[in-house]
Amino acid sequence: MLKHEQIEKSVTLLIVLTLLVVIWGGLLEIVPLFFQKSTTTPVEGTKPYDAVRLAGRDVYLREGCYNCHSQMIRPFRAETERYGHYSVAGEYVYDHPFQWGSKRTGPDLHRVGGRYSDEWQRAHLMNPRDVVPESNMPAFAFLAGNKAKDTVGADIEKKMQVMRTYANVRGIPTYSDEEIKGAKAAIGDKTELDVLIAYLQGMGTALKNVK
Amino acid sequence: MSDFVSDFWNLYVVVIVLASILACAVLLIVQGKATFTPGKTMGHVWDETLEEYNNPMPKWWSWMFVITVIFALVYLALYPGLGNYKGMLGWTSGGQHKAEVEKMDATVKPLFDKFMAMDVKAVAGDKQAMEMGKRLFLTYCMQCHGADARGAKGFPNLTDSDWQYGGEPDQIKETISNGRMGVMPPHEQLGADSIKDLANFVRSLSGLPNDSVRAAKGKETFESAGCVGCHGMDAHGMHAVGAPNLTDKTWLYGSSEATITETITKGRQNQMPAWKEFLGEAKVHLLSAYVISLSQGAK
Repeated sequence: MLKHEQIEKSVTLLIVLTLLVVIWGGLLEIVPLFFQKSTTTPVEGTKPYDAVRLAGRDVYLREGCYNCHSQMIRPFRAETERYGHYSVAGEYVYDHPFQWGSKRTGPDLHRVGGRYSDEWQRAHLMNPRDVVPESNMPAFAFLAGNKAKDTVGADIEKKMQVMRTYANVRGIPTYSDEEIKGAKAAIGDKTELDVLIAYLQGMGTALKNVK
Repeated sequence: MSDFVSDFWNLYVVVIVLASILACAVLLIVQGKATFTPGKTMGHVWDETLEEYNNPMPKWWSWMFVITVIFALVYLALYPGLGNYKGMLGWTSGGQHKAEVEKMDATVKPLFDKFMAMDVKAVAGDKQAMEMGKRLFLTYCMQCHGADARGAKGFPNLTDSDWQYGGEPDQIKETISNGRMGVMPPHEQLGADSIKDLANFVRSLSGLPNDSVRAAKGKETFESAGCVGCHGMDAHGMHAVGAPNLTDKTWLYGSSEATITETITKGRQNQMPAWKEFLGEAKVHLLSAYVISLSQGAK
């Protein structure tokens, strides 16, 4: 029988046993999620990000938008009144990695799609204070000077292929060969600002208001 | 219907959870029965005299562990956690949200019903309604129209008496409910010179400094190039298409010659989103009244 003294005196043994405890927890907390319909099946209306939005999503990641904006509407009235239907797991099946975030210096963005006009998004990203004088969000005017095809869109086909692999593992709808082939053309001459706005305008539109 | 893809996962969760709790209970019982010799130390000595007794945990501490085991079992009986088992309370996060919304709706519904039965203009004169309207405005509208409702470049000021799509209650309600799509088409094909004439003419309409020769030429272009189609022969605009009145002092994008030139050359596009589905009729009613109240007393 293993003695407390042995565990205390052998670092290797201590590490191995600690890992076992963590793995035991993971077996329950993580593994079953891979086999639940609510977490693996897309909500009706949720589609894979098209080439432009996928590129825009990478701008979102690169600029660290998740540091101040969450993408997770909790099931509280105060949140659903302001943002719309609370988020459900099946809406994130195409997010690798998901952008739930954990801090809201700015508002939640999970259902920002269609909430404002493209022109508002443009004016707001160029300089937030032009439309919301009280805002403390940084300006992202430089995005208008970068062509998406040179940065986030440079390896878009490869990205889409990786996303397709993920989707195929789960057996959910994904990109066709034509969509991947046409990715570069779809991005075309769009700036990083354009693709980011396309991403934002497509966000969370699968689920409508709770009422 | 089970959320798991197969019944195996139901069993998997149930077995691991119960086995873990059982293992904890067994460990507690076994440890509780372990014998110990009072005064016996672990055999280490630190810092010359520092030793460690090999005593069991205090009883109150062991009991806390026992309580966690009991808590876990009671929790799993009441709430969902054991695979497909829904729990005796039938609790879900969605259900909790629904109850919260219904409770609040029951409180505010009589208020909204009262205002719904009133005319928009009458609601605009109601103090309580306007307090509610202001809160709604600050939640849903201030991002574009500003906290003071004075708008921004490209986003209309709601505190004046100038209306792109009309200031009657029904028109405002329509604007909020179904949104508006404002399109000024680009007129690059007219050529830079004609556009400069037009810009001077537009400035002359509202009495701004302009080149009168160019303005006179611009007037002809205004009539021949189709501007009158939307802005009207008298340039007073048209609410049906949201074409602004060019003869007043209200400027959505700016009145400088450069800005007007840009507007004519590249056109303008903007959109008021539709809110009916998201807000529902009652809130739209209240917001319409609030918007009307904002411009009351404006010239």
